[in-house]
Amino acid sequence: MIAETGLAALWLAAMLAGLQLLLAWSAVAQGNDDARRLIRPVAIAQGVLTGLAMALLILLFIRSDMSVYLVAANSHSAKPFIYKFAGAWGNHEGSMLLWVAVMSVAGAAVALFERELDRRTHIATLGAQAAISLGFYAFLLFASNPFKRLDPPAVDGQGLNPLLQDPGLAFHPPTLYLGYVGLSVAFSFAVGALLTRAVDARFARAIRPWVLAAWIMLTIGITAGSYWAYYELGWGGWWFWDPVENASLMPWLAATALLHSATVLATRDALRAWTIMLSVIAFAMSMIGTFLVRSGILTSVHAFAVDPTRGSFILALLGIYIGGALALFALRVHTVNEGARFDAVSREAMLVVNNLLLCVILGLVFVGTLYPLLTEMMGVRVSVGPPYFNAIIGPLAIALMAALIFGPLLRWRRDETGAVLRRAAPALIAVVLALGAVIAFAPRPVGWLTAFGFAAAAGVAVASIAPLWKRNLRRTPLFTYGMVLAHLGCAVSLAGMASESAFSQERLAAARPGDRFEIAGTTVAFDSVMPIAGPNWTAMQATLTVSRNGHVIGVAKPQARFFTDPPTPTTESVQMTRWNGQLYLVLGDALEDGRWQLRIWWKPFVTLIWFGGGLIAFGGALALVGRVRRGRKQGRAAATMAEPGAAIPAGATA
Amino acid sequence: MRRALPFLLLAVALAAPIHAQTALPPAPYADRQLDDPALEAKATALMHTIRCLTCQSQSIADSNASMASDMRSEIRERIARGEDPEAIRAWLIERYGDWISYKPTAEPILWPLWGAPVLLLGVGGALAFRRIRKHRKGSA
Repeated sequence: MIAETGLAALWLAAMLAGLQLLLAWSAVAQGNDDARRLIRPVAIAQGVLTGLAMALLILLFIRSDMSVYLVAANSHSAKPFIYKFAGAWGNHEGSMLLWVAVMSVAGAAVALFERELDRRTHIATLGAQAAISLGFYAFLLFASNPFKRLDPPAVDGQGLNPLLQDPGLAFHPPTLYLGYVGLSVAFSFAVGALLTRAVDARFARAIRPWVLAAWIMLTIGITAGSYWAYYELGWGGWWFWDPVENASLMPWLAATALLHSATVLATRDALRAWTIMLSVIAFAMSMIGTFLVRSGILTSVHAFAVDPTRGSFILALLGIYIGGALALFALRVHTVNEGARFDAVSREAMLVVNNLLLCVILGLVFVGTLYPLLTEMMGVRVSVGPPYFNAIIGPLAIALMAALIFGPLLRWRRDETGAVLRRAAPALIAVVLALGAVIAFAPRPVGWLTAFGFAAAAGVAVASIAPLWKRNLRRTPLFTYGMVLAHLGCAVSLAGMASESAFSQERLAAARPGDRFEIAGTTVAFDSVMPIAGPNWTAMQATLTVSRNGHVIGVAKPQARFFTDPPTPTTESVQMTRWNGQLYLVLGDALEDGRWQLRIWWKPFVTLIWFGGGLIAFGGALALVGRVRRGRKQGRAAATMAEPGAAIPAGATA
Repeated sequence: MRRALPFLLLAVALAAPIHAQTALPPAPYADRQLDDPALEAKATALMHTIRCLTCQSQSIADSNASMASDMRSEIRERIARGEDPEAIRAWLIERYGDWISYKPTAEPILWPLWGAPVLLLGVGGALAFRRIRKHRKGSA
């Protein structure tokens, strides 16, 4: 009954989305007042229904209802509770339902909370949101129904991939999806504003909090995903330029660019057409990311060709929506005038440089990720991996950091080169000092890219707090603090990356209990190996005593686990965090002669990578709160001033 | 035959659990570092750019698969013998195809990959530059 209710809720929601689209058309094109009043409740009801469907699917997983195909194929009754819960979206159908649920809940949020947009554009936006939702409802209902029954029911489920049985999984995909799908809101805003020809500073102020919210979620999702890969996969790396990682990075890059160009549009009424274009690109990247991950094309083009239904479906949606939006853009771009002008030495110009670099990086990640698929279709299998991306993206990222040193110190519209250089002087001194220190004092020679990474990190760290210099800190708006923290987070993260790549030490050993190893001034003593058992796994667990200068600083118990359903070996590494880095310990296989493989890394300041990511997200959150608060305040002020005029329906101005 | 080779190797590697039970000697340098840190660093750098053929998106440095172990051992031994890392990469590509190297080669089919940065920066930079210049003229 639960599954049928869920399916019914989905169908109803899909019908409501269709209705929402018709109402939006009727309200915007024909000025129908009833349609205008009805559209918000419809959008909200749609959000409630898909939220309900998602909740019901989670309930089915918690109850281990093996008469539902999806549960039987992806869950197991012996799984710990949290993985039954999170397992609901650890598979194709469930994750697509999550996608649709987030999308329509976001639509409901736009209906409920958006106040900045003029009424007509607001309704057009809801129409656009309904239009994209419809495509995904179709995908869900016709090509990936999560509520399909299994007759006869299975005795028990086939289990969840043990790699995914980790607290990281419970939160990583939902945050990433909130980000992906949050960008659908930016897309709908852009389409709405194009339809009603309302691309201006007000539009940018309206879109900014939504983009910011999506961007925060993407930042958290990517940071958490990187840390999850780091500790769960047990090979000590934190980013591999894997297509799945790139699929999440591309929307983030586009959203970062969009955030900055929307700021230019909101503050200076410039870059109008470009901001619209970026909104479309950002959501296109979300859809491409979903396509890459969900179609199976990444394993092999041939794997995709064997069962192309799902992949082609997403590809068709991508073509329809992005193609449609671009066509609309081409039709309407002449009505969007260029906006305000600015000098070559100005904050706008530096933000153009920011957008240029972010988009070039985005383009290269895109090309590098898809090129192997292209050559495979031509019969040549090639790999494009870290050597390519590091060599190409690294210098561009450093250039981006250089722009970040100057950007916040520049004045809007026009500035003097000499004055800018004086303001940036402390940061530039930091760059030179850091570069000198790395060259002079590094324990071993570092590559030039890493050296510049350290230098840029130092410069950005100093430059990022410069906007607070000589200001009344209590009167500085919250969103300025947000910007400062987010930029500081970039410096922190970059410093961690440079340190990890330059100074990591690795120790591989075949060890017997009783052996001791030295790494980076730390002694690791291999005490014993014992078998232990968990709820759905067994493991060999090593006991390692870690000491420094004769003092024991901790005991680590890394495991080599073996999961039973489905049978899979995994490594449970242990990270011992110190203020200046992490000791990373992995227990490998047993060797024939009774020895065990041990892998030990010392990674100085590696935690800064994710700490910086967290700081970036936190800065974003401060900026969001600051912007929303100021918007509320200004909205109230405007409402009291324009009291008599407020009664005129927005559509009357059209 | 060259095309079928990866699949044969794949089949062999998939049968790894059987190997583990036979008395085959393990690859000596699969998880043993070279004594000279400089050579070991060279070997590690190379291993991080060689794809594990039996895994999904992993380098042989990060993989527990037995085929990856064999390759690690082979690479360390060759480095210890004084071979150049790029020569070893070329030898691996010769045996297993371009797919094995995460570092794209300079073959014609990959020219667009290396041309893309230049093209994107050039076109994007020109567009941005024109815009800013135009603005300046207008405001002057």
